[in-house]
Amino acid sequence: MSKTNVVIGLEIHAQLKTETKMFCGCRTSFGDKPNTNVCPVCLGLPGSLPVANKKAIIFTIMSGLALNCEISRYSKFDRKQYFYPDMPKNYQISQYDLPFCRNGYLEFLCDGELRKVRIHRIHLEEDTGKLVHTGDIMESDQSMVDYNRAGTPLMEIVTEPDISSPKEAKAFMSELRDVLRYLGVSDGNMEEGSMRCDANISLKNPDGTFGTKVEIKNMNSLRSLERALEFEIIRQSEILDSGGIVIQETRHFDERDGTTHSLRTKEEAHDYRYFPDPDLLPFVVSDEEIRNISNNIPELPLKRYFRFVNKFGINKNDASVLVSDLKMANFFDDCVKCNCSPKEAVKWILGDLTYFWNEKKLEPDSKVFEPSYLKELLDLIDSNLISIRQAKEVVEKVFEMHESPKKITEKLGIKQISDEGFLIDAAKKVIENNPKAVQDFFKGKKNAVGFLVGQLMKETKGKASPEISNKIINDILNDLKGRES
Amino acid sequence: MEIKDFTIGYLKNEYKKRNISPKEVLDFVFNRIRLYNSKINSFITLTEEYAYKSVESLKFEEVDSKPLWGIPVAIKDNMCFKGFKTTCSSKILENFVPIYTATAVQRLIDAGAIIIGKTNLDEFAMGSSTENSAFFTTSNPWDVERVPGGSSGGSAAAVAARLVPLATGSDTGGSIRQPASFCGVVGFKPTYGTVSRYGLVAFASSLDQIGPFATKVKDAEVAFSVMSGKDDMDSTSHPYEFSHVDKNIKEYRIGIIKELYETKGFDPEVLDSLNDVIGLLKAEGVKVDFCSLPHLEYSLPVYYLVATSEASSNLARFDGIRYGLRVEGKDVIETFSKTRGQGFGSEVKRRIMLGTYALSSGYYDAYYLKASKVRTLIVKDFERAFKEFDCLLCPTSPTTAFKKGDKTNDPLSMYLSDIATIPVNLAGLPGISIPSGLDNKGLPIGLQIIGRPFEDNEVLNFANQLESIINFEAQPQLGGI
Repeated sequence: MSKTNVVIGLEIHAQLKTETKMFCGCRTSFGDKPNTNVCPVCLGLPGSLPVANKKAIIFTIMSGLALNCEISRYSKFDRKQYFYPDMPKNYQISQYDLPFCRNGYLEFLCDGELRKVRIHRIHLEEDTGKLVHTGDIMESDQSMVDYNRAGTPLMEIVTEPDISSPKEAKAFMSELRDVLRYLGVSDGNMEEGSMRCDANISLKNPDGTFGTKVEIKNMNSLRSLERALEFEIIRQSEILDSGGIVIQETRHFDERDGTTHSLRTKEEAHDYRYFPDPDLLPFVVSDEEIRNISNNIPELPLKRYFRFVNKFGINKNDASVLVSDLKMANFFDDCVKCNCSPKEAVKWILGDLTYFWNEKKLEPDSKVFEPSYLKELLDLIDSNLISIRQAKEVVEKVFEMHESPKKITEKLGIKQISDEGFLIDAAKKVIENNPKAVQDFFKGKKNAVGFLVGQLMKETKGKASPEISNKIINDILNDLKGRES
Repeated sequence: MEIKDFTIGYLKNEYKKRNISPKEVLDFVFNRIRLYNSKINSFITLTEEYAYKSVESLKFEEVDSKPLWGIPVAIKDNMCFKGFKTTCSSKILENFVPIYTATAVQRLIDAGAIIIGKTNLDEFAMGSSTENSAFFTTSNPWDVERVPGGSSGGSAAAVAARLVPLATGSDTGGSIRQPASFCGVVGFKPTYGTVSRYGLVAFASSLDQIGPFATKVKDAEVAFSVMSGKDDMDSTSHPYEFSHVDKNIKEYRIGIIKELYETKGFDPEVLDSLNDVIGLLKAEGVKVDFCSLPHLEYSLPVYYLVATSEASSNLARFDGIRYGLRVEGKDVIETFSKTRGQGFGSEVKRRIMLGTYALSSGYYDAYYLKASKVRTLIVKDFERAFKEFDCLLCPTSPTTAFKKGDKTNDPLSMYLSDIATIPVNLAGLPGISIPSGLDNKGLPIGLQIIGRPFEDNEVLNFANQLESIINFEAQPQLGGI
């Protein structure tokens, strides 16, 4: 089955990072005691009414603008109706025919190639509560409901069926997640469920027409998305190759064995009886509001990637690692603004700084290690005041002592010895005390130089400039060798 | 102590002069309720203990600043009042105690009103007689064999029987005005959006509106001025601020709605009463003419599609999972159906089924969408009429109060009882019913006055003056005040 025969479309649900819920003033926090972040509105108590969260609407429009969508000047909320115990009103406030955003696209890199997937629509809705089962889901004779999540703003992004491989699906999702994080509208965390993804996949018929599509749910990571789609391609190919027919259905991905199994067929689909929610007024968006929102959109990850690569000559791998972490990419930009050499900055950021940020569980914007510190550090190295090895030590001390590299070198006396007179005297002593190494050198053993430089470093407690030490030892040895012959 | 009149103006005046105290009025009220409520059956719940406690916390210094200081009020039992049962006259909410108070109720309390009880209604406000109450039917104080109208029949009857001077109702298709008409009291349905719906258990969200019952227009105005105004908890609430107008009745141009005058189905006596009023107005020098609202004939079908569609959705939440009645089934689906099957009465089920059908895939365009479009045509009819006229007049209901049981097996004839009030909800307009006379059985006849949206003050001003001209003083023979 060749790659081009696969047709994939995605439906992504992203929880919006607003302080309060979509239609009431309850906090949107997770992991609290069940049914503590609830009120008459999100519990759907008789007589309660929804009031739309403006911030969530702004976040949705902002996402639409970032994904190159047309923004509806007139939208409304509709009720999507079905009975389920996790839904307090037995209808979900969603959007049916007038979503906030339509007809956009997202560009991203897949295997180094630029790809583009069109966005069909983006709409806003409220999340449901969560069923909690006592014991095993199949055997448990009762369920409990936690409504803390009920009413959390949920943005649904629907793509066109433009994706042609599991790998591409994964790359798209990764880029989308980065975009939402850059906008600050969602955590985009699939593992924790703040971003969820359903996939529609079909294989094209031999005559080029679309085959029957199958919907897959329950993919809780980028890797799961890729695995589920890979499995589904094999499953559907086998059915088609053996002359069978793929049936239209919803399938559930099983993380444990990487397979999918049928959840429900099309015949069991709901009639949602959508109609405009009479409790909420239609929403009119002005050009000025769109301009204001647009002005708050930061540089997006793909553009930043190309800037890092083209303007600073950062290698592609490093650039994509930097860009995928908004705070790290910001840190890098700030370092460049402080006149750090971009290439040196990347080396330190992806190397020692990342190591200590991870070790100390800090974010790049935590201010423990400021961008200006990196400039100081690089200057100390460039002016031969400290060695690279000492610089690494300084970085570690910055994370311990919360002070600038300059102060730390002063306080701890970290300084490399570049005084040639002093180093020549010390080197002579080292050479005198190690006649065997000198003999080795005469016999042509090149590593004898390294050994002697090492001895000199030891003698100076590591403070000798490695460069100068190396030069001096070489000079003395060559001088001795000249005299010898 | 002697109470000669049951109006806010009289009571407050007596309070100010310290001739009577709010506690004495409460004694009087609960005494009358003990005497007459067994015949009338207005109340589902009495909040006697709460009422006496609230009276104690009234500060005399506030008698002037609080418009409803010490005024007993009855609340229709579909408005949440924290800590007291709010049943909607339904088995499904028989023991439901809300954890918050409706905005309109809270505003009454803040203005000094004393809540004395919750009144009977047709289940979930669906009906025109209170016969759809799951608990009991309220009787019309003018003739206890007859219905008080509905759905706010409990409130209307309580005010008519002078059990309480003021009561709240909710009006989706006439549920305030029709029972006011049947009971010979004033019932006002304000412009949609002027009174917050927060805490009113929804029947049809785009039509529901809270309003007052009183014996006089002035009292309805005071209650409305207290309850109305923007509420951040209701997105459909309007930044409306009430201001009283004082304009001579002669300055109003009055339109008589032809379609609600020439139509069959209106009692001749009801039309006679309207003609009498027209005569009185003309004698006052008021310009009266006929106006036509050509799409009015579609009001009933439009209403029974829009209202039932919204109701089918609004009532979905009553499923036995979180609150209210729960009848256990073998699984969650069976629990849903058993709870709803046993919890809802037949009229509610009929409307849920109608609405579910109207919103179903394949039928939506033909029913709900078409109805919404015709609704717009009705709105436009009114807009046109209001270019020529300041207020429109018509009978509130085609008949006076009918006998209990007369229409219970004929929903369509029951629905016709609201033919003159429904168009006003569809257009979101202010409408008031005031008594205009008695028929030959001694039953009160109601007159409806309809105004422009957000010109509630004009409607009230006109109604107030017309009320004096009509000078309706009759009271039901229970032992009048």
